[in-house]
Amino acid sequence: MNTAEEIRKFITTNFYVADTAKLAEDASFLEQGIIDSTGVLEVVTFLEEKFGIVVADNEMLPENLDSVRNLTAFVERKRSSPVVAKTG
Amino acid sequence: MNNAIPLLHDYLIESARRLPEKIALVCQQQRLSYAELDARSNALAHALVRRGVERGDRVVVFADNTVETVVSFWATLKANAVIAIVNPLMKADKLTYLLNDCRAVALITDGHLTPIFADAAAKSPHLKTVIISGTFDESRTRDLPGVVAWGDALASESRGAPPARRCIDIDLAAIVYTSGSTGDPKGVMLTHRNMLTAATSITSYLENVEDDVILSVLPMSFDYSLYQMIMAFRMGARLVLERSFTYPAQVLKVLVDEGVTGFPGVPTIFAMLAEMKTLAQYDFSKIRYVTNTAAALPVKHITMLSDLFPKAAIYSMYGLTECKRCTYLPPKYIKDKPTSVGVAIPNTELWIVGEDDRKLGPNEVGQLVIRGATVMKGYWDKPEATAKKLRPGPVPGEFVLYTGDYARLDEDGFLYFVGRMDDIIKSRGEKVAPKEVENALVNIPGVKESAVIGVPDAILGQAVKAYVVLEKGVSMSDKDIVRECQRRLENFMIPKHVVFVDDLPKTTTGKIKKTGLT
Repeated sequence: MNTAEEIRKFITTNFYVADTAKLAEDASFLEQGIIDSTGVLEVVTFLEEKFGIVVADNEMLPENLDSVRNLTAFVERKRSSPVVAKTG
Repeated sequence: MNNAIPLLHDYLIESARRLPEKIALVCQQQRLSYAELDARSNALAHALVRRGVERGDRVVVFADNTVETVVSFWATLKANAVIAIVNPLMKADKLTYLLNDCRAVALITDGHLTPIFADAAAKSPHLKTVIISGTFDESRTRDLPGVVAWGDALASESRGAPPARRCIDIDLAAIVYTSGSTGDPKGVMLTHRNMLTAATSITSYLENVEDDVILSVLPMSFDYSLYQMIMAFRMGARLVLERSFTYPAQVLKVLVDEGVTGFPGVPTIFAMLAEMKTLAQYDFSKIRYVTNTAAALPVKHITMLSDLFPKAAIYSMYGLTECKRCTYLPPKYIKDKPTSVGVAIPNTELWIVGEDDRKLGPNEVGQLVIRGATVMKGYWDKPEATAKKLRPGPVPGEFVLYTGDYARLDEDGFLYFVGRMDDIIKSRGEKVAPKEVENALVNIPGVKESAVIGVPDAILGQAVKAYVVLEKGVSMSDKDIVRECQRRLENFMIPKHVVFVDDLPKTTTGKIKKTGLT
């Protein structure tokens, strides 16, 4: 499974997604009410354990975490160049 | 001020008169002036009246913290109606219950909530209109009564003045729904006078001023958050409205950029702050006060907050929806009495009673009773539940509030909260009625019975723990149970711990006995 598929599987398994097939790549978890504040902490733990990256507090931003697409891009950025990460 | 009949929406009207160009609201990257909010709420008020909302009718707002939610609050009051902002996280069954309980005439909501409200609205016969902001799928909403897009509803309506004023200050202004131990949410009825009294009292002890910039990150269905808006507009101050504390770094950036002076939080938010490592980069010097309520503020968080916000006064407070707020600890006492919730707020009186209703002395634990003009008028359509909480007070015709909480006073008259008399779980600052979770669990095919309790949790305060007995031959995992719960319950009610057992202890009358479950 590639990164995007792993992420999608985690989200749809652990959170309530009304129609898993229709979860758009760029659907905002916040807007859709899929993930809330403590849910984000679970996502971060998953990212760190599954992909071996470290998520700093100031990287916990919607641009990095708030959709399947954003999460995938964030993970790929972190893995390819750990020093360069998008921070707020 | 319309001095003869002050109503809650006079706060907005008066601030718009005095400070029309001042930015009142910062939300979702929009900045709205008092004049604009006043004009928009006038238009929506006319739209509501046009669509059949009459004096005293209930208008339910089912939406997140948005510009539309803010406008809807003031518009409903201007339409002489009663506003109920409800939690956008709720699922269809509960929304159906609420719409029918208060016999809502209008529903204001957002397109992304269609999967939930379409169902619920179809089952609510009193609804005359459904006003929807954002984009929505018309095929799913076509059959709902009086469906109209937000923009269309406001487009042709007059912005210059509100509909004719008909209410007086003892009319209802709002219903705030709160959870109870029976599981059915109860609508706390609040008059204009209740809310004016509360807002006046709280702004006075917080020493709010026109220059304040108040942040609100909690849902406005929670009165703590709702009042941040009411108090900001009372003073002609500015409200910075965020949807949640989900992305703390983002909220903190907004807090600094907007020069926030007041930061209301709950222990869950402070716990998240405590875990962040990169806070030194933020300039928090403008924060002049931090407040806490909903659950006890741990001493370690008081220390953390004093270090993090060195210029801020920290207010530990306690209250219930039924009277808005009971007490606050004046900040100068926080080092000496860190576990106290303080003294009665201005214009409120309190005492402690024993089982025989006798007033108790210092250090005796009993039920807290609250007296004052902030005390609710009762629970909507629930006379029995109301009678348990409201009982005659010393002046003929008045009612005082029996809070259902155990507390004690020290020798100096400072209050200490001891515990709830019923068994509501407080998780993430939200109330969870075990019965509501148990009802949801027992409705899952394959579940025979369940018992739900609260267990201590470092971040959540309490976590929801469910003991589940499955029917014979049924096999389910804890993940299955949690997934089924996600379809039926708000996220903060979903059990964190699920334990399967062969049976549950029972009393002699066959009721499940929870004492002994941990």
